[in-house]
Amino acid sequence: METLWFCLVALTIAAYVILDGFDLGAGAVHFLLGKNSEERETLLETIGPFWDGNEVWLLAGGGTLYFAFPTLYASAFEGFYLPLMMVLWLLILRGIAIEFRHQMHDVLWTPAWDAVFCGASAALPVFFGAALGNVVRGVPLDSNREFFLPLWTNFRVSAEPGVLDWYTILVGLLALAALAMHGALWIRLKTYEPIAGRAASLASRLWVCVAALTAIVTVASFQIRPALLRNFVEHPWGFVFPALALGGLALAGTRKSFLASCGYLAGMLCSVVFSVYPEVLPASPGHEPLTVHNAAAPDYGLRAGLVWWIPGLILAIGYATFLYRRFSGKAGKPAATSNSLRG
Amino acid sequence: METALSLHRLHFAFTITYHYLFPQLTMGLALLIFLLKTMFLRTGNPAYDRAAQFWVRLFGINFAMGVVTGIPMEFQFGTNWSRFSKAAGGVIGQTLAMEGMYSFFLESTFLGILLYGRERVSARIHWLASLGVFLGSWLSGFFIIATDAWMQHPVGHRIGPNGEIILESLSAFLLNPWTYAQYAHTMTGSVVTASAFVCSIGAFYLLRDRHAEYGRLFLRLGVPIFALSSVMMIFPTGDIQGKMVAQNQPVALAAMEGHFETGSGVPLNVLGQPDVEKRRLDNPLRIPNVLSLISYGRWNAEVKGLNDVPRELWPDNIPLLYYSFHIMVGLGTLFVALSLSSFVALRMGRLFNSKALLWPLLLALPFPYIANTAGWMVAELGRQPWLIYGVMKTSEGFSSRVSAGNAMFTLLGFMGLYTVLTMLFLFLMQREIALGPEETH
Repeated sequence: METLWFCLVALTIAAYVILDGFDLGAGAVHFLLGKNSEERETLLETIGPFWDGNEVWLLAGGGTLYFAFPTLYASAFEGFYLPLMMVLWLLILRGIAIEFRHQMHDVLWTPAWDAVFCGASAALPVFFGAALGNVVRGVPLDSNREFFLPLWTNFRVSAEPGVLDWYTILVGLLALAALAMHGALWIRLKTYEPIAGRAASLASRLWVCVAALTAIVTVASFQIRPALLRNFVEHPWGFVFPALALGGLALAGTRKSFLASCGYLAGMLCSVVFSVYPEVLPASPGHEPLTVHNAAAPDYGLRAGLVWWIPGLILAIGYATFLYRRFSGKAGKPAATSNSLRG
Repeated sequence: METALSLHRLHFAFTITYHYLFPQLTMGLALLIFLLKTMFLRTGNPAYDRAAQFWVRLFGINFAMGVVTGIPMEFQFGTNWSRFSKAAGGVIGQTLAMEGMYSFFLESTFLGILLYGRERVSARIHWLASLGVFLGSWLSGFFIIATDAWMQHPVGHRIGPNGEIILESLSAFLLNPWTYAQYAHTMTGSVVTASAFVCSIGAFYLLRDRHAEYGRLFLRLGVPIFALSSVMMIFPTGDIQGKMVAQNQPVALAAMEGHFETGSGVPLNVLGQPDVEKRRLDNPLRIPNVLSLISYGRWNAEVKGLNDVPRELWPDNIPLLYYSFHIMVGLGTLFVALSLSSFVALRMGRLFNSKALLWPLLLALPFPYIANTAGWMVAELGRQPWLIYGVMKTSEGFSSRVSAGNAMFTLLGFMGLYTVLTMLFLFLMQREIALGPEETH
C-alpha cells in the first residue's frame, strides 16, 4: 500500500514537472524569445489558460504527500524551511505577474511584469532542482526524524550540508536548462514565425547544455551516493527509466519534439525515484533515513484515500484534456496575415 | 521557545487573515456571476452578460490574489507546524488533498474558460464555466471548513499507542456535524461580503450618475441577496453555530462573552471591556437572560463562567476574542438593518433615489470583510490553548527546529510582499471600477 502511494505521489509530481515545467521554462526564456512587448504578450498567451491548472498539480502532489506520508511532509517542510518560503515568494510574484500584466497596457507596467515573470520563472527551476539534489545527497535527520538546513554552509558535500552546495547547485542548473528547453519546445509548437523559429534554434543551443549537465550530474550522483546503483543491479527492469530519459533527450535534440522532452523529464525523475526507493528522504551518512514504511500514514487512511483519489485523478485528467483541446492551436497571428492586416 | 511559538502563530494568523480577504469575496461572487450568466441565458438581455463580464474581471483580480496567497497556507502546515502535521497529517491531509483533486482542478479549468474563452466557446459553455467556477470554489470552501472543523471538534480518529492520531473512519470525519454548521455560517458570510460589494458599487454608480443602468441592475441583484444572507447569518446559521460552541466549547463561549461567574439566567453583554486580571467586565451594558436563551434555548439555563475553569485552559487572548465576537455580532446586526430597509425601499421603488440608503450602502463595502475576519478570530482564538481541541495543545504543534529568527525573517518577508500586493490590488480594482461595465471588453 505504501509503495502504491509512493508511485502515485511520484506520478503527480512528474505531471507537475512536465506541465508546469513548460510554463516555467517559457518564462525563463521570455526575453530571449520575445523581442518586443507584442511578442512577449503572444508568449504569455501560449500559457495563459494553462499555468494555473498546471500549478494545481503541485498543490495536488503536496496534498497527497501530506496525507499519505505525513512524517515526510512535516520533516521535509520544516527542514527546508527557508528555501520553501522563497519558493512561495517566487510563486506569488510569478502568478501575480502573469495575471496582472495584461490588466493594463502601459510602457512601464508591462515590461516591469515581464521582468518579474522571467526572473521568478528562471529562479524556480533552480530551487526545484536543488531540492531534488538535496534528496539524492541526503539530509541530517535526527532521532525525532527532524532536521533544519541552512541555505548554505561551505558549499561542499560534507557532514554539515547546506541546501546549496556544488552538487545541488549543479542539479539546479540542470533543471533550469532542461525546463528552459522544454519551454522553448512548447513555444515552438504554439506560435508562428518568427517566434517559432527563434524557439527552435534556442532549444538546440539549450540541448547542448542539457546533455552535458545530464552527463555530469549523473556521474556526480553515483559518486556522492553509490547506493543509487543498488536498485538497478537488483531490478534491471528499472533501466527503462534512464532509457526513457536518454531516448527523450536524443529525440528532443534531433526532432525538436515537445513530447520527447516530456519523456526526458519523466525518465529523469523516475530514475531518481526508482534509485532511492524505498527511501523517501535519504539521510546523510550516519543518520536514519525516512522510508515509505516509517513515513507513511496508517493503513486505513491509505486505503480510504484510494477510494476518492483515483476518481479525482481521472476527473483532473478529463478537465485537463478538455482545456487543452479548447485552447489548442497557436497563439498570436501568422506573420503574413498580421503584416497584411497592418497593411 | 515562547517567542518562536508566538512568531509561528503570528505567521499563520497574518498569512491566513490576509488570504481570506480574497476567497470570501470570490466564493460569494461566483454565485452572483453564475446568477447573472443564468439570467442572460434565459432572457437574452445583453446587459446581464455585460454585468457578468464586469464582475468576472473583478473576480479575476481577486481570484489571482486568492490563489497566490493560498499556496503558502498548505505549505505552512509543514514548514511552521511540522509537529502538528506529523501527528495529524494522516487525517486532515485527506481533506486538503481532496481540495486539490476535486476543487482546484475544476476551478482552474473553468476559470481559464471564463476569463479567456468568451470568444472561443458558445454562450452555453461559458455559462457552464461560471457554474464550474462556482462549484469548484464552494467545494474548496467545504474541504477547508471540514479541516478546520476537525481541529475544533475532532471526530473519526483514535489515539495510537505512541500518541499518534490515527484516522479510523473517513465518513465520520467527513460527516462531522461541526463541519456543516460552520460551512453554512462561513459560506453565508461570503455571500454577505459579495452581495454588499455588488450593492456598494451599484450605489456608487447611482450616486455618481455614471453607468446608472448598471447601478440599478447591481442593486436589483445585490440587495435581496444581501438581505437574505444577512438574516441567515444570524438565523439559522449563527444560532446553530453558537449553540454548538456552547455545547462543545463552553470555555470559549464564556471568554467570548467576558462571562466569569457561573449562573443561570445569564445576561448578554452588549458592551463593556473585559478585565481578565480582576476577572470582571468593566462598564457593562447588559440584556437580562439573553445569553442563556441564545446558548441553550432556555431563559434560565445555566451558563458556565470562566471562574469554574482552570486558568491554563482559558483561551490565551480573552480580550481579543471578546472584541472579535462583539464586533462580528454588532456588524451583523447593522447589516440586517441596512439590507432589510434597502430591500423594502427597493420593493417600494424608492431605493434608487434614496440618498439616505445609497450612501450607507456605498460605505458598507469594507464592513463585511471586518465581520468575517472577526468571525474567524472568534473561532480560532476560542479554540486556544488547543490546536486540536482536547487532543493537542498549540504549544506542542509548531516546528521546533525553525528558530524565532528564521520565523521572523519570513514573517517580515510576507508582510513586505503583501504590502506591495495590496497597493497593486487596490490600484487595479479602483481602475476597473472607474472604467465600469460599459468599457469592459
